[in-house]
Amino acid sequence: MVKEFILNLKDVSVSFEGFLALNNLNLKLTKGELRAVIGPNGAGKTTFLDVITGKVKPTKGDVFFKGKSLVGKKEHKIARIGVGRKFQSPRVFENLSVQENLEISVSQYSSTIKLIANKPSENKLEEVNKLMKIVNLSSKSEIKAGSLSHGQKQWLEIAMLLGQKPSLMLIDEPVAGLTDEETELTADLLKSLSGENTVLVIDHDMEFIRRLESNVTVLNQGSVLCEGSMDKIQSDPKVIEVYLGKQEDL
Amino acid sequence: MDLFFDIIFEGISIGSVLLIAALGLAIVFGLMGVINLAHGELIMVGSYSTFVTQLLFKQPFLKPFYGSYIIVSIFIAFIFSACVGILLERLIIRKLYGNPLETLLATWGVSLLLQQFVRGVPLAVGPGIIITFISGISIKNLLKDKFLNFAYKKYIDLSIWAFSVTLGILSTNFIASNISRLSRADSRNVDVTAPKWMRGPIDIFGETYPKTRLWIIFITLISVVAVLIFLNLSEWGLRIRAVTQNRSMSECLGLSSKKVDTLTFAIGSGLAGVAGVAVSLLGSVGPNVGQNYIVPCFMVVVLGGVGNLLGTVLASFGIGIMTDLIGAGRLMTIWPNMPESLANIVNFFATTSMARVMIFTLIIIFLQFKPSGLFPQKGRMVES
Amino acid sequence: MKLSKKYISYLWWAIALALFIAMPSLVSDSRLKILGKCLSLGIVALGIDLSWGFTGLLSLGQGIFFSLGGYAIAMFLQLNSLKEGIPEFFGLYGVRELPFFWEPFKSPLFTLIAIWLIPGLIAGLIGYLVFRNRIKGVYFSILTQAALLVFFNFFNGQQKLINGTNGLPTPNTILFGTMVGDPLIQKYFYYLSGILVILFYLFSKWLVSKRFGSILIGIRDDEPRIRFSGYNPVLFKTLIFAFAGCLAGISGALFTVQADLISPQYMRVPFSIEMVIWVAVGGRGTLLGAILGAFFIRLGESFVQGLIPGGWIFIQGGLFILVVTILPEGVIGWINNGGPRNLLTRFGVKRFIATYPSLEANKKEGI
Repeated sequence: MVKEFILNLKDVSVSFEGFLALNNLNLKLTKGELRAVIGPNGAGKTTFLDVITGKVKPTKGDVFFKGKSLVGKKEHKIARIGVGRKFQSPRVFENLSVQENLEISVSQYSSTIKLIANKPSENKLEEVNKLMKIVNLSSKSEIKAGSLSHGQKQWLEIAMLLGQKPSLMLIDEPVAGLTDEETELTADLLKSLSGENTVLVIDHDMEFIRRLESNVTVLNQGSVLCEGSMDKIQSDPKVIEVYLGKQEDL
Repeated sequence: MDLFFDIIFEGISIGSVLLIAALGLAIVFGLMGVINLAHGELIMVGSYSTFVTQLLFKQPFLKPFYGSYIIVSIFIAFIFSACVGILLERLIIRKLYGNPLETLLATWGVSLLLQQFVRGVPLAVGPGIIITFISGISIKNLLKDKFLNFAYKKYIDLSIWAFSVTLGILSTNFIASNISRLSRADSRNVDVTAPKWMRGPIDIFGETYPKTRLWIIFITLISVVAVLIFLNLSEWGLRIRAVTQNRSMSECLGLSSKKVDTLTFAIGSGLAGVAGVAVSLLGSVGPNVGQNYIVPCFMVVVLGGVGNLLGTVLASFGIGIMTDLIGAGRLMTIWPNMPESLANIVNFFATTSMARVMIFTLIIIFLQFKPSGLFPQKGRMVES
Repeated sequence: MKLSKKYISYLWWAIALALFIAMPSLVSDSRLKILGKCLSLGIVALGIDLSWGFTGLLSLGQGIFFSLGGYAIAMFLQLNSLKEGIPEFFGLYGVRELPFFWEPFKSPLFTLIAIWLIPGLIAGLIGYLVFRNRIKGVYFSILTQAALLVFFNFFNGQQKLINGTNGLPTPNTILFGTMVGDPLIQKYFYYLSGILVILFYLFSKWLVSKRFGSILIGIRDDEPRIRFSGYNPVLFKTLIFAFAGCLAGISGALFTVQADLISPQYMRVPFSIEMVIWVAVGGRGTLLGAILGAFFIRLGESFVQGLIPGGWIFIQGGLFILVVTILPEGVIGWINNGGPRNLLTRFGVKRFIATYPSLEANKKEGI
């Protein structure tokens, strides 16, 4: 069987006034894969997500999602064809309740008229309830998202991402600021998501990445340094030099 | 060829008034990102201080120097507007950094207060307040290190301000008793007459130009050059650029961003004062004068690209030339045989107010294609 | 506790409604006119609250849409009261023929639609062009102000088309065979203004209670996030801004027939910013605050102007500064957030907790 690449970045470069944030980046994701991306600060991790989600246009190269190019498409269109993103710091709508936040995320295909005139359908409400159960926020459905704790916000945002039902999930630092226990739970959640969905996780936390038991891509200075299992990565001399080496120094 | 020079001169002449008016805003809005809707009223303060200076120079003891009053008034206007600006920044804008829409509303309130102040309060009070302010601040700064560190600080503070207020009241009294026009509230427009050496026509290359217009161009030129030198060559200019580019980093390096903010705002406001001098030379000035300039000033800065002085310069001259082309019906003169339908349209827009309609529409259309103006800021940080 | 709070709010509504109905017999005709004008301004304020309070779009150009609505009704009234020929003022400028765009305003049906549709379409167009380019925040405000200036200069400069600075007067025009300035007609306009402001209030309230409202708030707080959730903010912003334009047009039409005149002065910069202060003082994002703000500030204005001419501008200027520095959530927002209670506590009045009187007692002992 020919492997189907759900995401395919070909020679993508992004330059900000001469500064190359991404430099001939090539990356392929098979369907159902869970992939971790790591890299030192300034390696271009966030820019990499910006390019996929349409926030930044690549200066050179092309991005294919399910065989179609994403370059030049607007952000909301990309989101609608199935690319979901969770941001680095949790970005939930703080003045809306947990319920309303999730209602927004499950209704992206509803027509504007329905958004104006109707309450969400029974199915959608059920979905919202299910999502709240997954992330343990059922008891807080009426509470404004702004008054949730940091960890709860992170989880609410993950739930919002799930509500969008994307076939590709891009998750930027999901465990920043979480307790160890929450981190473990998040890792398990992400693992359970892959298979049906394709998941790409960016993080700094090595323990967390190890727990994901997935392939790891190391970015450095805007291009892929190496790829492979966690053990292979950690023994790679290049990686030790640019990334893990520094940590050992500390 | 004559026509060409006419258009260029008129365009530059209109443009330089716009430029001098927008220059302060380019600093305050462009560099600091503060939306100051009271900018027009700072121009008005400049115009009114020119008027007051003029009346002072008509007094017997200054009469011999009457011809030079306009030069003195440039400095006075700068200082007066800068002082108002400092007060505005310290009391209101400082609390609202990072909330541009709130700043917009609050400064609009200030602009209403300033307008009403000029209408409803004798003009002599203005200089009194400014003198109180200057004397209070400067005495405090002079004494700061030597005397203010011991237990009676409060009382010394109090006596300094008491002294300054007395000084202010005395000077108000002095002005009011000598110049009757300034002793009563008067909402009528005021007229500034340029000294003789600034009036009348002048011949350059066989063309006659009104001297006043040339002087305004000259004042604008000097101001722009001074601002460029200050921002790019002086130490404070470097600090301003540092703070406006990265506030928290600059504070880590030991720059007091509060001081820099106040200074930047003061300079922007002072330039509005200088613009006020230029504006007062163009015709009579009323409490509403600022209202005529505020929106065009913002359009100039937005069109030029926020944070880019060169853009502001080009945008104002561009608008100036367009205004002349459209408003004075020059297109008809350039191309007399244009088809009638087109000629009707050109004629329709050939008045000052309709030219404005046309130009603002053109600017809005232009921004459709280049939303960040002629010279957009580049880089990663723009989006945030 | 919750129930009694609800009853109190019903009580307020009942009092307000009773006052509204009884007012024409309580005050003189000229006073009633002022009240009617203040009520009609509540409608434009509602639009500003929807676009600014909920969606974060601060328009400083609502005067455009307001005046367009006003001009639409005034043009109809001018034509409606003619037996033949064209409105008198045209004679002053030597105009013989009715300008083409006046023609459709002979029809009452067209006018009824034009009052809200034309301002709505223009608002939608301006909004779409600006939002499409992701111009937002203060840049949007400045551009709307520039647009306002464009319209002002146009209407002010065109004597031959629309009577320029002088504007179009309405009191001597005829509607249903009666003079518009007649007290009886004015009474109907008063009631109409009140009824419409209540209807639009209920409609807006309903609008923001749905997912559409959540998305608007989402756009205000974090527009990129809405985009990444798969919604196109341009569409929602354009819709709500166009709706605000419609409301402004209706408000302008109602205001014009009660103010006796529509002229370019309503397109001046200060008037449009003043509208914003009504909403800011009342409480942005509360809807009710917008209406009350518009009503009471305008009422206060006509009251103060009568006492000290020019004094109002001082008060208004002060209001702008005070509301953003001291009371950013506005009066209604402040009340909703428990402001009055906190104030009482600050002045030493004990916080009264109705549900748990025993707690209050315990506290005293504890201290």
